[in-house]
Amino acid sequence: MAATRPIATTRTAAGMATGKLAVWWIVASEIVIFGGVLASYVMHRLAHEAWAEQAAHTNTWIGAFNTMVLLTSSLSAVLAHQAAERGDGPKAARLLYATVVGAVTFLIVKGFEWTEEITHGFTITSSTFWSFYYTAAGIHAAHVLGGAIIMLIVASAAKKGQELHRVELIGIYWHFVDVVWIFLFPLLYIAK
Amino acid sequence: MATQPSAPAHDAHDDHHHEQSFAQKYVFSTDHKMIAMQYMFTGMAMALIGGFFAYAFRMQLAFPGEAVPGFGVVSPADYNALVTNHGAIMIFWVAMPVLIAAFGNYLIPLMIGCDDMVFPRINRLSYQIFLLSALILLASFFVEGGGFGGAWTIYPPLSSKAQYSLTPLGATIFVGAVGLEFIAFLLGGINFITTAMNSRAPGMKLYDVPMVVWMIVVASILFMASVGPLIAGAIMLIMDQQLGTAFFDPDRGGDPVLWQHLFWFFGHPEVYVVLLPAMGIVAEIITVFSRKKLFAYRTILYTVFGTGVLSFTVWAHHQFISGIDPRMANVFTVTTLLISVPIAEMVFVYIATLYKGSITFTTPMLWALAFLGEFIIGGVTGIFLGASGADIYMHDTYFVLAHFHYTFFPIAIIGTFAGVTFWFPKMFGRLMSERLGKIHFWGTIIPFNCIFIPLFVLGMGGQHRRIYDYSNFPELAAMQPVREFATIALLFMLAFQFLFLWNFFRSMFTGPKAGKNPWNSCTLEWTADSPPPHGNWPEGLPTVYRGPYEYSHPDHDEDYWPQDEAPKEQPA
Amino acid sequence: MIESLVPSASTYAADIDFVFEMIFWMVTFWSVLTFGAFFWLLWRFRKGASPKAEYLSGDEEYPKKIISWAHMAVLVFDVVILFFAVRVWYQVKQDLPQPDHIVRIVAQQWAWSFYHEGPDGELGTPDDIAMNDELHLEVDQLYHYKLESRDVMHNFSVPVFRLKQDAIPGRVITGWFQPTQTGTYDVQCAEICGIGHGLMPATVVIESPADHAAWVQSHSPLALASVEE
Repeated sequence: MAATRPIATTRTAAGMATGKLAVWWIVASEIVIFGGVLASYVMHRLAHEAWAEQAAHTNTWIGAFNTMVLLTSSLSAVLAHQAAERGDGPKAARLLYATVVGAVTFLIVKGFEWTEEITHGFTITSSTFWSFYYTAAGIHAAHVLGGAIIMLIVASAAKKGQELHRVELIGIYWHFVDVVWIFLFPLLYIAK
Repeated sequence: MATQPSAPAHDAHDDHHHEQSFAQKYVFSTDHKMIAMQYMFTGMAMALIGGFFAYAFRMQLAFPGEAVPGFGVVSPADYNALVTNHGAIMIFWVAMPVLIAAFGNYLIPLMIGCDDMVFPRINRLSYQIFLLSALILLASFFVEGGGFGGAWTIYPPLSSKAQYSLTPLGATIFVGAVGLEFIAFLLGGINFITTAMNSRAPGMKLYDVPMVVWMIVVASILFMASVGPLIAGAIMLIMDQQLGTAFFDPDRGGDPVLWQHLFWFFGHPEVYVVLLPAMGIVAEIITVFSRKKLFAYRTILYTVFGTGVLSFTVWAHHQFISGIDPRMANVFTVTTLLISVPIAEMVFVYIATLYKGSITFTTPMLWALAFLGEFIIGGVTGIFLGASGADIYMHDTYFVLAHFHYTFFPIAIIGTFAGVTFWFPKMFGRLMSERLGKIHFWGTIIPFNCIFIPLFVLGMGGQHRRIYDYSNFPELAAMQPVREFATIALLFMLAFQFLFLWNFFRSMFTGPKAGKNPWNSCTLEWTADSPPPHGNWPEGLPTVYRGPYEYSHPDHDEDYWPQDEAPKEQPA
Repeated sequence: MIESLVPSASTYAADIDFVFEMIFWMVTFWSVLTFGAFFWLLWRFRKGASPKAEYLSGDEEYPKKIISWAHMAVLVFDVVILFFAVRVWYQVKQDLPQPDHIVRIVAQQWAWSFYHEGPDGELGTPDDIAMNDELHLEVDQLYHYKLESRDVMHNFSVPVFRLKQDAIPGRVITGWFQPTQTGTYDVQCAEICGIGHGLMPATVVIESPADHAAWVQSHSPLALASVEE
């Protein structure tokens, strides 16, 4: 029904592309949500000495590996954007697929990590540290998954040379997902 | 200044719409005006439900233990569920959808001169999610254990453990419904901000934008910037409820006060989220009916920005005696009293708009003026509560309740009536009855004050909130006649609302036809047909040449100068 | 003003009432002026009396000056209110004068438990007196209360003291009051705590020194036990 776009979509009175404005709005909303989770975590952590003991059981190596995976995937997202800027849709799509591979790797590694931890008795109800751990990382993982799916949709259009501006937009979202992890990693894995 | 007209709306549009089915036009529309109507009617329906709840619990308060006609006997559990859902419904499912989503969706494209919102399908999705959230909330009354009854503030551990709330399913459904409503409005905000920023008509600078558009945009930003922590909190609360985590369980290392901070960090800016659109509506109306430019437009704008920022620094005034460090209370009482300064500024500036005007008292104008008057009372009574020392006594009493009804009622109800009576001719192409409108106005305002002034007195007398029967408290028993009086006043007020419904629906079908601009207003929406067709201006989108309130300009014959009227050629 | 509705029975009640009354008069003054201006403008500039409006941009001297003055007034009032409010707040909530006695107050769904010192004058000993829903106090003695909750948030509120404090499960919150008048007065729970929130009224019974001593003697569990023998 709404195949034709309204003229409203085509105007840029403020000089900023509409799609970019929309994505930044989404990112801003998410920053506040994750900000709430992280602020709650930090407040709790400061009030409970015993958490350090629980936090000692997270696997810093796996966390570091996943950090590397995400950072690399952000790199391929940047390269995808550059390719899209040059009009090279197929190359942008390939680089986006590489980013998705990074996302999937991240999620698989996390799957193994959590299985380990759960079988060792560290479940979501073991203590409030673990409740926060699974909740914060879980919400983040949901955003990784959602981002990956959207990325596949953008990539399939980019492959045909269509909607190339969306490569930058999903890239912005992906960097945000990365930055959230940059905050989570030290809070959950390093602060022991 | 550019004078070339914008391209006409695509003809391809019109071809499609000859064959639009009922479902396409009314149910699955992406047209901003239809989505606005959907929000408005859903909000009005929820208002009837929320109002019915108020009727039931006030009847219980006036005549404790007696069966309420249309409801039955109100048990203590019923009472708590009624007040809880009354509050939540009025804020989340009436004030927000009507003031922000309905008026925002309807007015923004029309007032900035474009054909629709930037993302019509996201717009439609936001309504669908909103409707779902309303249905989910209503469903909570029919599950085992009934609807949640732990107040709209949902404090744990009462809300997090079924053994305390006795509403195992209702509590989760309630929180889920609220969370979903948040998502709907975050999505809606995408459209408000991108459309207002980017889709303005050629020639419309930021300071030429009508105030209500600015207000809705700022409200959306405030909402977005404040709701995140509460979404996080809601997720944590649902996990406590259903998965047995202990985020808020003090027995296992959690902290119930954390919820309070997460809630009120949002809760306080939220009141400005709903206040701003109402003030925007009032601005549009008082300019038209005093034939005067809005006094100090930029001052209002900067004050609004300032208030928005300040609103993030006051939240713990809701928690003065709730166990926060008492030293923190001093910080928050300072910020809270300070915020009275920009609000007072806005009130003064609005009143100054009347100065040297030529005022006509139409129904919309009466509502707009009543908003100012009643809100002043609401605002000043907040000072008693913001002053920490006084709040020790006033917290959780009916004084608080009367204060926030003197702010929320003007916002949600008076603001809505003002906006509806003002833009009705544009929305439906017909005029409402002025006579019925004025009777409805007085029949609402007088009883409103009769309900809530007595409640201030009850609060001063130490009567606490959320108690279903005051006969258990000997010191409060003497005030029973006051409770009865307030309830009778409510019955009168509710009765007069039927007059509004009659006026509204009858005028929609048989009211006298309205032209494009029955109020002789300057803003762009009044240059489109009444009602505007799909695409709003099929003959070509307008270009703007001046600000939105050029009333009574000395260089112009007419006492209004529409924004899109091209300037006359200057003689050589 | 509050006193006309609720008796004043603690040492700080009058101070809290003073803050309320001061705010009331300031706010009334400001409101009367604002409403006065508001209604006067509506009357003076109604269409009948003012057929044509003037084009004012908001930069004009006269109305701007009035607004600035009004603005300053609001700020000054706020500062005065703040001073008194913070002073009372400190007095009631931050300060903790030396107590004559300590009481332990436990809130639960849906009743109050009050633990008083027994004849030995010490809380936490076997001769403590536990009462349901009745808090017995001696007039003019300074009390610390230790407030707890067994389950959800509650709030211990005694209107005649002008006192209120949330009870948070997992914490013990300490505060103080000093009763100044004998009598029996309401205690309300002031934080919604479930369906029985309105069903947990309690009373404070403020007694003269003699009456209170007699009550302590006769209600102490050791005294009662010895009576049974």
